Amino acid sequence: MHKTITLKVNGSLETVSVPADRRLLAFLREDLQLTGVKRGCGEGECGTCVVLLDGEPVNSCLMLAVEADGREITTVEGLAPSGRLHPLQEAFIRHHGVQCGFCTPGMLLSATALLQRSPHPSDEEILTALEGNLCRCTGYTQILAAIRDVADSRTT
Amino acid sequence: MAHRLIGQDVARVDALEKVTGAARYIEDLVLPGTLVARVLRSPKAHALIRRLDTRRAREVPGVRAVITGPDFPFHVGIYMVDQTIFALERVRYVGEPVAAVAATTAEAAEQALRLIEVEYEDLPALLDVEEAARPDAPLIHPGIGDYPHAGYIHPRANSNVANHFKVRKGDTAAAMAQAVHVIENRFRVPQVQHVPLETHGVIARQDPAGRITVWSSAQSPFTVRSLLANCFGTKLQDIRVIAPYVGGGFGCKAGINLEPIAVALATRTGGRPVKLIASREEETYAIVVRQGLRAHIKTGLDQSGRILAEEIEYLWDCGAYAGYGVNIVRASGYTLAGAYDIPNLHGDSLGIYTNRPVGSAYRGFGMQEIHWAVEQQMDLCARAAGLDPLQFRLLNGWRAGSTTTTGQVVTAGTGRLDLCLEAVAAEIGWHDPPAQDTRPLLPGRRRAKGIACAVKAPAMPNNAGSGATIRFNEDGTCFLLFSGMEIGQGVGTVLAQIAAETLGIGMDQVKVMGLPDTDYSPYEWQTVASRITWSDGNAVRAAARDCLTQIQTIASQVFDVAPDEIAVDGRLVVDQRNRKALPLERFVHGYARPDGTVIGGIVSSCSTFVPQDIIHLDPETGQSPKPVASWTLGAQAVEVEVDVGTGELTILKVAAAYDAGQVINRGTALGQLYGGVVQGLSAGVLEELVLDGTGRTLNPSLTDYKIATVRDIPQQTVGLFVETPQEDGPFGARGIGEHTMIPTPAAIANAVHEATGVRIRSLPLSTENVFLALRAAGVKE
Repeated sequence: MHKTITLKVNGSLETVSVPADRRLLAFLREDLQLTGVKRGCGEGECGTCVVLLDGEPVNSCLMLAVEADGREITTVEGLAPSGRLHPLQEAFIRHHGVQCGFCTPGMLLSATALLQRSPHPSDEEILTALEGNLCRCTGYTQILAAIRDVADSRTT
Repeated sequence: MAHRLIGQDVARVDALEKVTGAARYIEDLVLPGTLVARVLRSPKAHALIRRLDTRRAREVPGVRAVITGPDFPFHVGIYMVDQTIFALERVRYVGEPVAAVAATTAEAAEQALRLIEVEYEDLPALLDVEEAARPDAPLIHPGIGDYPHAGYIHPRANSNVANHFKVRKGDTAAAMAQAVHVIENRFRVPQVQHVPLETHGVIARQDPAGRITVWSSAQSPFTVRSLLANCFGTKLQDIRVIAPYVGGGFGCKAGINLEPIAVALATRTGGRPVKLIASREEETYAIVVRQGLRAHIKTGLDQSGRILAEEIEYLWDCGAYAGYGVNIVRASGYTLAGAYDIPNLHGDSLGIYTNRPVGSAYRGFGMQEIHWAVEQQMDLCARAAGLDPLQFRLLNGWRAGSTTTTGQVVTAGTGRLDLCLEAVAAEIGWHDPPAQDTRPLLPGRRRAKGIACAVKAPAMPNNAGSGATIRFNEDGTCFLLFSGMEIGQGVGTVLAQIAAETLGIGMDQVKVMGLPDTDYSPYEWQTVASRITWSDGNAVRAAARDCLTQIQTIASQVFDVAPDEIAVDGRLVVDQRNRKALPLERFVHGYARPDGTVIGGIVSSCSTFVPQDIIHLDPETGQSPKPVASWTLGAQAVEVEVDVGTGELTILKVAAAYDAGQVINRGTALGQLYGGVVQGLSAGVLEELVLDGTGRTLNPSLTDYKIATVRDIPQQTVGLFVETPQEDGPFGARGIGEHTMIPTPAAIANAVHEATGVRIRSLPLSTENVFLALRAAGVKE
């Protein structure tokens, strides 16, 4: 069974017919070719498939595409819409918060949502925001430094 | 000499692609007409295949190929050829490939798998390594005596011993008899999993002439090529391997893994590509894991606390196949006693087949496991001798003039363990009482410090080589080609720094062309063993020197000075004697004289590095004056808080120091260090693959197999680098990638013992295990 849904993805309105059982992760990766959304486990445990749904981070492997009908989705491809990097992207580069890169899109989106919600987060808030995003390479230290840098340099 | 780029914190050349989601990994690649592959895996730990019927599976609409063992009875293995693509007649672990399907959709492939009929006849499953090691144990590989293997691997016919490495140094029995203190202990390490966030994946396609192209999440595209050629009986030129970005390797994507299954299917699909991506469950137990270890160590000390003699047995649980694991057995043999100077050693490192998941390379290549034993044993020895653990290590650890396990003489250029120990001791405040930090000690909590050393050498064939190519463009920029895989460590950045520093040009003039294609890229043996900065770095440095010499030769004729009076400075070529300069671009594609004639050609170089001086180990004594390319030494000190009521550990601080020879990139070196410490800590306090009595893995998901999250990291990690140049390293550099995770669990265990008086000899130091150990010892709040 298919259903027609309308949603905004990275600022663009899309109206598409999708199978009712298609997961949001597969819809974004395979139908919209947004391969910055990563599949790490498919079970909501690793956070590599995190996208923003109306600004809030969700594991796209645990949602159906039809649940995004009428909503707004941001993937890592939407973080630098005009080619100008998001301050978090710049900070991840500056602080070596990137190694293999597989967790990076999800990490960036969880951190983006945090700083939108709480521009000057406490350390505890940062840990809470990232605890669903696994990273096997960095030991998290340089990722935390990158997020802290952006938070501390904000004027508002 | 001061460097412009070496040692600096240069931004990663691959970071922009990765923060924008543009970086492509294997699952992101889509070729027209791609079929989906699925693998039928054994539900039995040890059984004979009595009947295998695929007829119903072939009738599923959309199915294009169904293959089983008898279709491709081909053998595979890197150091010992003990495995077939699919089980033949016998399955040896739960998860072993039995059949595979390629279909137009995942649903069709999965339906076909369900329709493959297999009848098994159970055999006794050997799930305990000590049982499997008994002389009368049933044989898991009756054909072991006939398996081809590298000359330095020693399997034992009619047994489950896949490799036996012996160390016989000095007269251990006589020296042990002289000892004032004899300390004897046993330690255990369970199987764990690598948990790369990207699971294994491969795409294979056969062209009409029969040539195979493979895209793979591989650490070692050239080794995949050679092992595929061995497996399928083709020439190397008939196989092409292309590697996109790899989403974490840690050893599990070294050697060869899923590639033969995809290639076998691709030969039956009429040229349609076949894509095989592992599920997280397959990743957890069906491909490869880290070997388990049982260690038995007996140490004899003299009155002053010097180690006189040591007897060690390492019993490695290789799992069902040991093609790669046999070399871990060997590496832990020649590194038997860790970084300690022991004149009399008697050691046996034994790799044992069991019916458990397949053990393979994992960051550290056996070293975290043996250091779990050795570094706790050293603490126990220190206590017996009445010495402080730091003092004991400084007394017995390697220094210039020491001999290693294999009788190699340590020199000043080997690296400085003493400086690493002193650095971490100073940073952690070793001699101070436990810190009264911002959180006062709550009732029932105890704090203490622990320390441990690390040593490791690259484990590789003696002639493992690296190639590098530099090609100058007309505008004075250049391409840098190499095949060290970008698996997160930042290889491209470090190699570009080495090229730019050597050539005298800027990072913006070097375009990194990593991510190899075996048809076009320079050769690289494997991206393993912390050897790429050193080995690829040497190849890149040679290519850059060659290009610089070409430029100097041309410019010396233009400026009429000696070649060594010519320097490159960014985009200029400078005559240093007469202080004249001309644009670099005029020299790199033939210098045009005013009369129209030309000097020189296109500046370019293909260079290689192959170590020349590694000497085989004696098979009976394990002795060699130069068994490995290099050693890297380090130490970690930790401060830990133990909740005596619950057994929970809080890691307050880790101080880690490594003798890197010369740090090439401070940011990526620290990245390796922070990442290694947390991966080490994760194995130390969280991780264990749990099997039931039938060999089935009980925690095959990230729900039940936990790795460190951002909440589990130390409250503070301080990374320190000692820099004693490696004589044959690029700018003096040596590898540190694996070493960063080696000593962490032992350092934590030593701290727990200091805090509570309880010695925990089995990993992991999970809350439950610590709680049970404290209760068993009668330690209460």
